[in-house]
Parts: sequence; structure tokens; C-alpha cells
Amino acid sequence: MNSLAKASTLSSENISVWFGQRQVLSDVNLVFPANKVTALIGPSGCGKSTFIRTLNRMHELIPGAGLAGSVYLDGKDIYAEDFDAVSVRIKIGMVFQKPNPFPTMTIRDNILSGLRLSGRKIENGDEVVETSLRRASIWNEVKDRLNDQAISLSGGQQQRLCIARSLAMNPQVLLMDEPCSALDPGSTRRIEETIQELSSSMTIVIVTHNMQQAQRVSDQTAFFLADDNTPGGVVEFGATEQIFNGPIDQRTNDYVNGHFG
Amino acid sequence: MSESSVTKPAPVRRKLSAGPLSTGDKWFFRTTSIAANFAFVLVAFILIFLFIQALPALTSQGLPFVYGTEWNNQQDPIVMQIGPMIWGSLLIGAIGVVFATPLAVSLAYLIVFMLPSRLAKVATTLVDLLAALPSVIIGLWGLFVFSPVASEWGAILNKYLGWVPIFQVKSADNGFGGSPFIAGWIVAIMIVPIITSITREVFSQLDRDLINGALALGGSRFSTFRRVIFPTSAGAVVGGVLLGLGRALGETVAIFYVLQITFNINWGQILEPNGGAVASMILSKFGEATQEEVSGLIAAGLVLFILTLGINFIASIIVNRAQPWRKN
Repeated sequence: MNSLAKASTLSSENISVWFGQRQVLSDVNLVFPANKVTALIGPSGCGKSTFIRTLNRMHELIPGAGLAGSVYLDGKDIYAEDFDAVSVRIKIGMVFQKPNPFPTMTIRDNILSGLRLSGRKIENGDEVVETSLRRASIWNEVKDRLNDQAISLSGGQQQRLCIARSLAMNPQVLLMDEPCSALDPGSTRRIEETIQELSSSMTIVIVTHNMQQAQRVSDQTAFFLADDNTPGGVVEFGATEQIFNGPIDQRTNDYVNGHFG
Repeated sequence: MSESSVTKPAPVRRKLSAGPLSTGDKWFFRTTSIAANFAFVLVAFILIFLFIQALPALTSQGLPFVYGTEWNNQQDPIVMQIGPMIWGSLLIGAIGVVFATPLAVSLAYLIVFMLPSRLAKVATTLVDLLAALPSVIIGLWGLFVFSPVASEWGAILNKYLGWVPIFQVKSADNGFGGSPFIAGWIVAIMIVPIITSITREVFSQLDRDLINGALALGGSRFSTFRRVIFPTSAGAVVGGVLLGLGRALGETVAIFYVLQITFNINWGQILEPNGGAVASMILSKFGEATQEEVSGLIAAGLVLFILTLGINFIASIIVNRAQPWRKN
């Protein structure tokens, strides 16, 4: 077995974000402790997805994007000049809303694609493939068809393949942007189980619109909100139990109980 | 229940119709189908016309018409063979594609992924304008401006890479003008817009999440292009290249100005002032052709027509098969 990387603590300090002249996020301070699952909840357009993209420097790929503040991975600023974006993204993996396996590649090649894309040597590829697929709990379903095209899988399987693809890079943090929003309840449940298993070896941040999901998978929850024509920000941040059962802010209470959003 | 014992009659199928819904609809339907059929009939008539006119030459010359290397109207019976022209057209087309493809793919990448949207629009318009230039303009520019420059490039290639067979020449004293190399460049300039616009279209339709996925895995711009963007769009790019090749084969005036047309097959010494091209040959001979020769020239046109049709046909098959994961 490859030795797994240690989970890391990730934190954001005074993160503000602009698209062009428009400020969309203001002063976000959150701490994602090692081996914890943090859920980001809030109505559409409040900046959750934008925020999660600042955590692995995907944000800076959008034309006109601006940023203030810092993101620390085990105390090191990932936007510092001596920390290049590629090594940030290798340490901090990401799973997208819609399953996005590479359509020209086989299942096996999808798993190894990160190593190839980042120009790393592939040693014992078979082992990487098996370990990653096992950790994403999809090994048993695909072990006999590793050379099939990835798009031959069902949507839920494709999403777990994408998780496995990120795991092959052995990340310390995994960011998930509404990973289940395109999936049926069965696939959703399996991914939630996978998230729980993975949290023993990494730090997980997950954006979700599903209140039950946030309660099921996360240890702590941050509630984002953007009032009319103002940048989004964090209204309340705390243990998931507390956010859902005894929120301090009235707006949090309204949102988690389905009064708006 | 007693009714259950009675056999149920087979369901009666109702008449369904997706036909025109109103008089206006009917007329719209008629107009469009007439227009569609007109295009079809036109192509058929052109083919029939070419075939009838070409028949005397094809029967008198036989099969050597397409592979022989002699054209002599002084002799009796007259000899008309267009082998060097067919091969020349293919050679120039291939050179054009080799030069144009990397240029066009880079341009498309630049426009879609790198330029800010306003600049991208300007660049797109400029490339499309290139397609709108009349080929006689490109031909004259090729003759007076480009050929002298490209001859220098040819001389340099021959000097340093002369040991490669395709860059050999019989004698450097013949100069380096009028070569398939120069004609290939001219054709490349003319097909860059076609390949660029098809590649641009494919690149811009790519799922951005696919590209983001590659970048999020630690991909660089280049590795993302090499491993994700290009493989995903390669089929469609090949289709675009073949469409460009179709245009290259039909190019007439521009090549006529820059190419030294001879009836010796130039198998691949692309710097030699010796080449052929079916369409340009027709242009050069048509003015003073005898009636017999006209039939031969039309037969040459027929051959070119079939060749181009075949390439376009292959292109459409490749483009359609290129992305099996994309359901229309």
C-alpha cells in the first residue's frame, strides 16, 4: 500500500472575492480542521461555490477574478509566490457538481490521468488504480472492466470514479462542490458513505443544498448568505449539531428550517 | 368478472400526423422542400453535364487519362493525360494541410482559451476576413510579394536540409520559385480560416468542467491541451482539415499564379519548380483549347469533382463519428 498523506488543516483568512468590479464575497474566515468534514450551506448565489474555488486556486482561472485575504494549508499561504498553483491543486483535490470523467480515456486511464497531467512518474500504476478505486468504494463494480471507456459507467459510478481520480493524487484535502446534485438517492447515499470513510484520512469541505446531507455527513457547518446587492459572507459557523438544532442567528434558523432559500 | 373471459379486441391505432397545420404552414413546407430539392437536382445536373461533355475524351483516352503524363494537342490522335495534375493537386493539398493545421489549431486555442472576449472577437473576425479575400488577390500577392520571400525559404531549406529527399532539387540554378512548396503555402493561407473556425467551434463547445477537472488535478495548460482538449476534439479537427483539403484541391487562380505547371509528375521534391494542379491546369488551357481538348478539360473537372466529393464525404463521416459520447 502507498502510505497515505496526512490530513491537513485548511483555513481561510479574510477572503474577499471580486468578479471584475463586483464584489461577491466579503471577509470569510473559516477553519477546516484535519479529518473533519465541513459543510458549506446557503441559498444559490451566496458565493459558496466561488469560495470553495478559492481554496485550491481554481478561482484565479476565471477572467477578471480578484481576491483578497489568504488561504493557509498547515500554516502555509497557498497564494504565496513560492507555492505554485499546480502543487496546491495536487495537495487539495476537487470533485465537481457534474461527473466529469475524461471521455476519451478508459476507467484506468482516468484514475492515472492526474499523475500524467501533472507530469509525475507513474510507479506501480495497478496499485494506484486499485487503491484509489477501493477508497472511493467502486472497485468491486469496475475491477473487471478497467479498460472500458469511463463514460460507459452510470452517473453515480462516474462521480465515484471522479472521486477516485482525485484520490489517486493522494490529496490532504478534498473539496466537493455539490457532488450529489446530479445523482439519484442511491448513488447519493453511497457517496455519503464514502465521504465518511475518507474523513479518517483527509480533510473534506463539501458544498451542499441538501440540509439532510449536511447533517448526515458533516462535523461542522458554515451558513453563507448574500443580502440583496451585497457581497456574500458567512452568517454563522459552528458544529453541525448546533447550526441545525440551536442556531444563534435568526437567519440561520429560518434557512435550515426551510423558511427561505 | 365475466368480461375478463371475452378476448379484448386489438387496440385500434389512430391516425397521427406531423404534417402542415395551416395553409401558411403548407406553403412554408412547399417552399423549403422545393429549395432543398433544387440544390440536390442542381448537383445532379452538373454531374450529368460534366459526364456527357467528358465522355468523348474519356472514351478516346481510356484509363491512362488519370495516370498518364503527356498532353499533346499537335499529335493525331490527340493525347490528354492528367496524372501529374491529379498527383500535384494532392501534393499541394497535403503541403497546405501540413502548414495550415498547426497554425489553425493554435489560433483556435488562442481565441477560445486565452484571449479576453473582446480581443477574441476581433481575432475571429480577422481570420474570417481572410476567408473572404478573393483568391485572385491572394494569387497576385503570392506572385509579387510572397513568392520571392518563400523562394528564399526554399533555398535555405535546401541548403541545410537538402539531405532529406523532399528538400532535394536537381539544380539550385533553376531557382526556387514556382514550386509546390510555395503553392502549398498559398493554399495553407486560404484554408486556415476553415480549419480555425471548425476547431474554434469544437473547442468552445467542450465541457468547461472537463478542462477544469484536468486543471484541478494539477494539469498545466499544455498537459491539459495534450491529454484532454486535443484528444476530445481530434475527430472534429480532422474533419475540419479534410474540408480544408477539399477547398485546397479546388483552388484554381491563386495556384495558377504561383506554380510552375509541367506534365512531369513531381512525386515529392517540393522545392523543385515543377508541379501540377487540376483546376489551375484547366484554367491555363481553356482559353485556346480545341473542341477535343475542351472535352478533356471537362473530364479533368469531373475527376476533380469526384475527388473533392469523396474527401468531403469522408470528412462528414469522420466528424459524425468523432464524438460517440455526444448524443446530437
